[in-house]
Amino acid sequence: MGTREEMLAMLRMMMMIRNFEETADKLTLRGKVSGGMHNSSGQEAVAVGVMSALAPDDVIATTHRSHHHTLAKGFSAREVMAELMTKATGVSKGRGASMHLGDVARGHFGGNGIVGAGMGIGMGAALGIKLAGDKKVAVGFVGDGGMNTGRTWEAVNMAAIWKLPLIVVVDNNQYAVETFIERVTAGGDLPKRASGFGLPASTIDGQNVLEVKDAVAKARDFALAGNGPTFLNAVTYRYYGHNVGEKGQYRTLEEIEDWRTNRDPIDQLAARLFADGLLDQATFDEMTASVEAEIKDAVEFAENSPHPDPADVMLNVDSGKLRG
Amino acid sequence: MASEPTYSEAYQSGIREEMNNNPKIFIMGTDLQERGGHFAQVKGIAQEFGGERVRDTPISEAAMVAAGVGAAMYGMRPVVDLNFMDFALGAMDEIINQAAHIRYMFNGSVPLIIRATSGIAQAGAHHNNSFESFFAHTPGLSVAVPATPWDVKGLLKTALRADDPVIFMMHKKLTGLRGPIGGPEDLVPFGKARVAREGADATLVTYGYTLIPAMKAAETLAAEGKQVEILDLRTLFPMDMDAVIEAVKRTGRMVVVDEAPLFASITAEIAATASEAAFDSLKGPIVRVGAQRAPLSADPGMVEATIPSIADIEAALRKVLSY
Repeated sequence: MGTREEMLAMLRMMMMIRNFEETADKLTLRGKVSGGMHNSSGQEAVAVGVMSALAPDDVIATTHRSHHHTLAKGFSAREVMAELMTKATGVSKGRGASMHLGDVARGHFGGNGIVGAGMGIGMGAALGIKLAGDKKVAVGFVGDGGMNTGRTWEAVNMAAIWKLPLIVVVDNNQYAVETFIERVTAGGDLPKRASGFGLPASTIDGQNVLEVKDAVAKARDFALAGNGPTFLNAVTYRYYGHNVGEKGQYRTLEEIEDWRTNRDPIDQLAARLFADGLLDQATFDEMTASVEAEIKDAVEFAENSPHPDPADVMLNVDSGKLRG
Repeated sequence: MASEPTYSEAYQSGIREEMNNNPKIFIMGTDLQERGGHFAQVKGIAQEFGGERVRDTPISEAAMVAAGVGAAMYGMRPVVDLNFMDFALGAMDEIINQAAHIRYMFNGSVPLIIRATSGIAQAGAHHNNSFESFFAHTPGLSVAVPATPWDVKGLLKTALRADDPVIFMMHKKLTGLRGPIGGPEDLVPFGKARVAREGADATLVTYGYTLIPAMKAAETLAAEGKQVEILDLRTLFPMDMDAVIEAVKRTGRMVVVDEAPLFASITAEIAATASEAAFDSLKGPIVRVGAQRAPLSADPGMVEATIPSIADIEAALRKVLSY
């Protein structure tokens, strides 16, 4: 479970991500975010549970919906908000926006606009870790949509045959844009599919941050002991549309309301901490206020930051070393 | 000159020396350990460096390249060997969207070489595509197309010491070509064309295997009293346009030849750029020679009809010499 401080930190991080996403969503509707964004509200426990089990220099590679992974990895709300607004102070210097958050030097090998591609890069990072002889792991995030693209299973197979220190985390919000996973997934059971590749595979409650953390911690130990990859199907739910402003007919309002009311990851952890006497109302109110202040500051920082200099369009297309 | 190494042996020599120098370099691909690759390009390398550094993979092109991209980002120097360049199509996202674009966004480099044998030979449409222009067109990628054993080794060394994704295309029909190779520090720079033949009457620009029919055509013209200069580009990105433009200014007559479909090809890029830069020096239009825009047949006669012949190259040279 962890110490009280660790659990309060997890709660605060989930609250911060929620506030960030809901704030960013509104800014997007006001035209402040170029190219739209993918809101992760509802999925916080997957990101925070995973990162709580990792060491700071473990590597992640992720998906088109990755604000929560990036914030939980330790990137500041300021630099993520600035990136959404394509500002030079952003995570990717304003070149990536919502889908392309990443900083290789800090172990974040990128969000990704291509379904399944980030997980493959995570597998490659795990190969690098193994060849370098480092004691680290890589986490490859993939969505439920990525469960039906071939590259995902090529990468899982390669990780398994080479016993790479990779943890495949399916951030399974159950809808590939607007397609319910059960409509398009033969066999139905994702861990069963994955276990055919000979690696441990299980479904976990992606709304329970402590369960996610425990599962990832076990997978990490397993990988560090040289046993290879693990596949974790973290079932979760996204409260908003695939992209900002999308209100489809593919799921019912009752379904969304049920997840929000009865299975919200923040409410669940807060209730548990209250019940265990680890959290009181004054502390919770303080956390709420400090999160609000942090996100308000992030928005101000982002809005006041400059866009990248158009004169730098050709900067870092390549290293220049091959051009003499 | 049987003692000189082949084009494939030049690759072995380059990779062996660089792997000895840099423990971060490793190779992965299909059939590398026992067979030494489909073109003997890494024959004996696994026996020397072991299975961790010469990795046999399943036939999973997307995962091979993804593994290379992630490992390169982590700080290793992978060489992904696809054997045939046609198989890159199974990893096109990993090459174009990932390898080529990561540096621009994510504060890291991708020192990844994707080696494959390329060019027109036998066995039909699925093993004989010409993708040079695809790759050269993609921001972030560099493209090497060595025509000699010397350049195979020298360009490979340069690529292995740089920080960028490089598409390293070796031509099938050059696999057994023998010639001198350089020593451990004889690097060949990217973006520097080589004068393969001197001549003052016209310039022919080409690369890869096409150099051989081009040289034969030039010899025929020489017998008729016309001296044709031949430029071997060696890399397609970066491309030595300075050398091309300088040649146009000097000879005023230019033919550009390769064996890729003529439409939207590398030859089009060269002709357009040289014409813009040195129009006033030209005595007449630059003439391009390339393949018909047809999938490659497995029938030898149809192959000949698809790609340029020596006679086609001679005809193009005669045309520019007539200006």
